[in-house]
Amino acid sequence: MSIEVRNVNKKFGDFVALDDVSVNIPTGQLTALLGPSGGGKSTLLRIIAGLEFADTGLVEIEGQDVTHLPPQKRNVGFVFQHYAAFKHMSVARNVAFGIEIRKRPKAEVKARVAELLALVHLTQFADRLPGQLSGGQRQRMALARALAVEPTVLLLDEPFGALDSKVRKELRDWLRRLHDEVSVTTVLVTHDQDEALEVADEIVVINDGRIEQIGTPDQLYDAPANEFVMGFLGPVTRLRGQLVRPHDLEMFAADPGGSAVGTITRVNRVGFEVRVELTAGDEAVLVTMTRTHYHALGLDVGATAWVRPAAGAPTVGNPARNPVADPISEPVPG
Amino acid sequence: MTVASFDDATTTTSARANRPAGGSSRKRRAPRTGALTLGSGLGLGVGMIWFSLLVLIPLTAVVVKAQAGGWDAYWKTITNPQTWAAIKLTVEQSLIVTLVNVVMGTLIAWVLVRDDFFGKRALEVVIDVPFALPTIVAGLVLLSLYGPRSPIGINVANTEKAVFLALAFVTVPFVVRTVQPVLEQLDLEAEEAALSLGASKFTTFRRIVLPSLAPAIGAGAALSFARAISEYGSLVLLSGNLALRTEVTSVRILTYIENGNTASASAVASTLLLISLAVIVLVDIAQRRIARRD
Amino acid sequence: MTDMLLLDDSEPFDAPSPAVKLGKRPSRNRSPRAVRYVFRFLVVGYLFMVVAWPVSLVAKQTFAHGLSSIREALDDPLVTSALRLTAYVSVVAVIINLVFGVGMSLILVRRRFPGRRILSALIDLPLSVSPVVVGLALVLTYNRRDGFFGKTLEAHGYKILFANPGIIMATVFVSLPLMIREIVPVLEEIGTDQEQAARSLGASPMQTFRRITLPSIKWAVVYGVVLSLARALGEFGAVKIVAGNVAGKTQTATLIVEQTYQDFHQDTAYATSFMLAFVAVACIVVVTIIRPKEHV
Repeated sequence: MSIEVRNVNKKFGDFVALDDVSVNIPTGQLTALLGPSGGGKSTLLRIIAGLEFADTGLVEIEGQDVTHLPPQKRNVGFVFQHYAAFKHMSVARNVAFGIEIRKRPKAEVKARVAELLALVHLTQFADRLPGQLSGGQRQRMALARALAVEPTVLLLDEPFGALDSKVRKELRDWLRRLHDEVSVTTVLVTHDQDEALEVADEIVVINDGRIEQIGTPDQLYDAPANEFVMGFLGPVTRLRGQLVRPHDLEMFAADPGGSAVGTITRVNRVGFEVRVELTAGDEAVLVTMTRTHYHALGLDVGATAWVRPAAGAPTVGNPARNPVADPISEPVPG
Repeated sequence: MTVASFDDATTTTSARANRPAGGSSRKRRAPRTGALTLGSGLGLGVGMIWFSLLVLIPLTAVVVKAQAGGWDAYWKTITNPQTWAAIKLTVEQSLIVTLVNVVMGTLIAWVLVRDDFFGKRALEVVIDVPFALPTIVAGLVLLSLYGPRSPIGINVANTEKAVFLALAFVTVPFVVRTVQPVLEQLDLEAEEAALSLGASKFTTFRRIVLPSLAPAIGAGAALSFARAISEYGSLVLLSGNLALRTEVTSVRILTYIENGNTASASAVASTLLLISLAVIVLVDIAQRRIARRD
Repeated sequence: MTDMLLLDDSEPFDAPSPAVKLGKRPSRNRSPRAVRYVFRFLVVGYLFMVVAWPVSLVAKQTFAHGLSSIREALDDPLVTSALRLTAYVSVVAVIINLVFGVGMSLILVRRRFPGRRILSALIDLPLSVSPVVVGLALVLTYNRRDGFFGKTLEAHGYKILFANPGIIMATVFVSLPLMIREIVPVLEEIGTDQEQAARSLGASPMQTFRRITLPSIKWAVVYGVVLSLARALGEFGAVKIVAGNVAGKTQTATLIVEQTYQDFHQDTAYATSFMLAFVAVACIVVVTIIRPKEHV
């Protein structure tokens, strides 16, 4: 195991940031720490980097106990959300910083910097100052700077959080491919479930300072451990007390058996998708389906419809015979 | 080697709208401002007349008066042994005091921003006191601790050390108050990045923090020097104004004025203005060098 | 409706600013404890030896015999007339600076005209001019023998030097940039969006200034007034030259301190100093307490 975190606790004043957290992060993989803001995932990353120290517990990197080691002795690469560029240095000097600190010969520094700038496609910007780069370019520079020291682990703290959605998506694809090539053990902190699902080999869901679930993207999506994980990874609705994904619900114009019955209250089309809301008993249920499917049913507002989860659809929670009056799930805090 | 192709043009344009707020880009966004209207033009006119009558014309009068007697008269005044000693003493002590302020001022700002302890707010007040205190009172204040009746037995009155002390007192706030806001705005993550790249705390300070603070330190140093070189009030009671030993330039000018020799007074005064100006320009050049160095 | 049914998992992408993070994580970027203590010791020690201790001694000297020195000083008609003159001069100087400072700041920030940058650099000039040179400059310009303006003004019966107008001018000169230096950055920071919004809602320029601009620069103005006041109360060198130091007529409080000290009436000197220092320090303390941390 490349990074081992055992029974780590961390408080900031009265605020419990991490509550007895243990996790193993495997070598060579890209692991995402996913959760809402303030849930403790960044704190965990900063503790791994040595930028923060655990109150109790143990951190090991490649078998070495680093719990009390300062950041400069851990050989980790850290990339920050707001780039943390050295504003007074050129792009090349930024990338060279870590190698220069290690007192390598000048020629070696130069060659390595050139190699890294090529890797992140910034060769032609080598002599610019960070202020003259776009956000995406700055973050690539930061990544090259972190990789320059050949870190044991690469830690990314919401690296794309400050970028707009188009650049974010580009960089996300690129990071995945970069990781496949460089294959350094990477930990990515994000609150964006799409980002985690798309790039990570493994996801650790963290909320309220505790680990909710660890697994591959498929495991998490198909077999969420609890309502929180299910709710955080995608849209959910509640049917007969159970949490289920709206697109995993089947709707019928006539009773197919084993279904809940309700009245359609609202129909809302968004692109290819149709969102149908119906009231079934005390519950407001949301069903999503394709436009074609919806038209085939021939139903409209006011009509009676039957709903049940599709076969094999993941659900969380105990089915309730008499659903409670408040069917609407609380939004995830954050 | 190439992992993914990039459309840098798109990245640049789309990211431009997304620059982190609060940075220089926001400040540089020019507020929509207009040309002068009748009202503001009139206001500017009245303001300029007042400013000219009060500041510009009188200061020009000093320079004009200094030149009235020609270069020889000017040179003779400056090289008068007593005057030259005063200028030398003032510049020397101001430089030393400025150096002390660069170190102590930066340290004070550092402690105010990065440390937290009981009584920190009181410290904030203490730093502003020298600025608010009447200079003559400042002299009296220092005299009570470092004068002939010193409760700790240190008497520097009427020595060079008194000049240093008085100048150090009145210039305390300058470097602190210019460095402090810059330090508050500093990107902590850049320091953390340096640490994670293997730099020691000291290297991080020297290579990451100090270059960012340098312009502010320089500006504070320039203000501090300008103030020190022109100080008068706090020295009156403390330094004794002994010719050739503790007499500073301002006192020398005053002596000339009291003797009715306004020509010589103007000569020394313009020298003072010139030195101030030279130091401000030098510091500005030095700052630009530092900013460009890395 | 739909939004309520869905668990809201989208959140705005604005991460807390570094400053907010700092507040939440007090341990961030701290120096090692030993280094911190050494720094703290050096800073507190330096400020204590150079500023705090000496200043506190003035209070001690003043009250060495209870209130008697203060009472004695206030019984001296020369001292009271000097204090009255200082108060009068300071108030007038602050009012002039207030009008000039607010007006000039608005024009410098909100208007574009040739020479604007030079003017804004020149306005800082008085800060680096020796008070003695200020006095000399005013004497050269306004003396009645060969001054640029002095002769004419004298001919029309106006007396500037060795009279209140001269003292006020010297005081205004030395405190002139203080107001502008406080207001200009705030005006630049707030921009013109709010003012334009107010204008678009039908407010007149005067209403816009009073209801939008003034409230946002309020703290800068207050701070500027306090700094100007402290500087005005304490001006010594420039006033000494232009005032003529005529006891009971053109002698300000700071001049009385010098004279009484040199005449070996040290109790009176300390008592007067204490009163001046008290007002100055009180100003700073009050502003430190009432000024909000983020003053925009």
